[in-house]
Amino acid sequence: MDILIASTKIAVVLAAMLTSVVFLVLVERRMSAFIQNRIGPNRVGPYGLLQSVADVVKLLMKEDIVPAKANKPLHDLAPIISIAVAMTTFAVIPFGNAIELFGTTIKLQIADVNIGILYILAITSLGVYGLTLAGWSSNNKYSLLGGLRSSAQMISYELSMGLAIIGVILMAGTLRLDVIVEKQTEYLLGWLPAWNIFLQPVAFITFFIAAFAETNRLPFDLPEAEPELVGGFHTEYTGLKFGLFFLAEYMNMITASAIVVTLFLGGWHLPYADMLGLSGFALSILQVLTFCGKIVLVLLFFIAIRWTLPRFRYDQLMSLGWKVMLPLTLANALVTALILLAF
Amino acid sequence: MTLQAVLFYLLAAVSIASAIMVITRRNPVTSALFLVLNFFSLGGLYLTLHAQFIAVIQILVYAGAIMVLFLFVIMLLNLGDSQSLREVISLRKLAGVGLSTAFLLEIIYILGFRVSDFPAGEVTRGLEIGTVEYIGQKLFTDYLFPFEITSILLLAAIVGAVVMAKRKLD
Repeated sequence: MDILIASTKIAVVLAAMLTSVVFLVLVERRMSAFIQNRIGPNRVGPYGLLQSVADVVKLLMKEDIVPAKANKPLHDLAPIISIAVAMTTFAVIPFGNAIELFGTTIKLQIADVNIGILYILAITSLGVYGLTLAGWSSNNKYSLLGGLRSSAQMISYELSMGLAIIGVILMAGTLRLDVIVEKQTEYLLGWLPAWNIFLQPVAFITFFIAAFAETNRLPFDLPEAEPELVGGFHTEYTGLKFGLFFLAEYMNMITASAIVVTLFLGGWHLPYADMLGLSGFALSILQVLTFCGKIVLVLLFFIAIRWTLPRFRYDQLMSLGWKVMLPLTLANALVTALILLAF
Repeated sequence: MTLQAVLFYLLAAVSIASAIMVITRRNPVTSALFLVLNFFSLGGLYLTLHAQFIAVIQILVYAGAIMVLFLFVIMLLNLGDSQSLREVISLRKLAGVGLSTAFLLEIIYILGFRVSDFPAGEVTRGLEIGTVEYIGQKLFTDYLFPFEITSILLLAAIVGAVVMAKRKLD
């Protein structure tokens, strides 16, 4: 029975993520068109809704080209690593409170582990292998430069990411994500939801910036900077293998948004929802919808940033990571610890 | 066989096979990747022992950070020519063979003849020992002094790295 419940949860979460990617790509294209005063794709299906489906079909039909001097096994392995990492990170994120179904209480979280946040950090730290190997195995100088940039960038920003989380961990006193969300359901001064964005603003900003860098999104998309590196690490990828990188990038975006929501924006908590007087089941559904809604808002912010800000130069990226973000997050951890000790 | 035993034999087989691949592959990138796989299976073995914290640190630090730097260096130096990596048997290698043989004999001796010496109570306590809370508690009470000494060691390493990098810049 437990295995059945667990596999249902995995299937539902994966299906939801894959479906959201289809719409996310379209939303991104339409929104970029709006920002750049264009119309954007609106020909395939009503409002262009089937554009992504057409794109997927196109990618599936394309020939898979491997450069002659490439390392074939690693060239194949790189997109698989990327997609595997992107798919497994979501496992520990609680997407709702416990739900009552047919008399059994089901926790809306795939894996409820003791080391929640550390699991996320460990898995995301493996994502860099996909990009680095793609760059190296292609045997192309632009790919290699993209791969090297990605590993330097991700290692640099991983540190700030981990240190930013320390503030949250100190406040919650646990690494379990479900408990961290539960702590945020209280109220400050009787009315303000005790979300970590209000309690840990510095950690929120630094974590959010690091999340941009970790997902290789503008303004931190140095690994695939088109004007200088052709396509960066995926220059030599075509068809489905390119599609896997593309899919991984968008899934990483969704997961990053989910982590931001869980750690800083109260997770599935809808303030004052208990005043509505809903029954247990309806309340659970409402909480899941709240979680999804928050993710959508963060994703829209992600996309808006991408089409608003110019790209960083490489040395600016490194000095921001090491000279601004790292000291800031260290100071935040220190101040949080001191305040917690004093009270 | 229980699920735990199946997992143990699977992970043990993968870790031994990948360790052999690390030292037999000629291509340094392939070797490094098999080392990552080895770290992964070791992390899995720690998980079967309920040592969640050690398992995740194994992956986070070794597979996620140190091996990335290794790969980084291998790619930058472009050690593609595997023939140049062919090494001769040296005194240092013979010493290595001797040491590892001694270690193997030691393990065989302990597992073969001294298993009864292990305290039986400790094994069942595995569930509580592996948690983050327990390790943190021990680290900041019983083992505070070694912990702080380690931080000084790390500081010295950081200063050393800065000095080395600066010398090249000047």
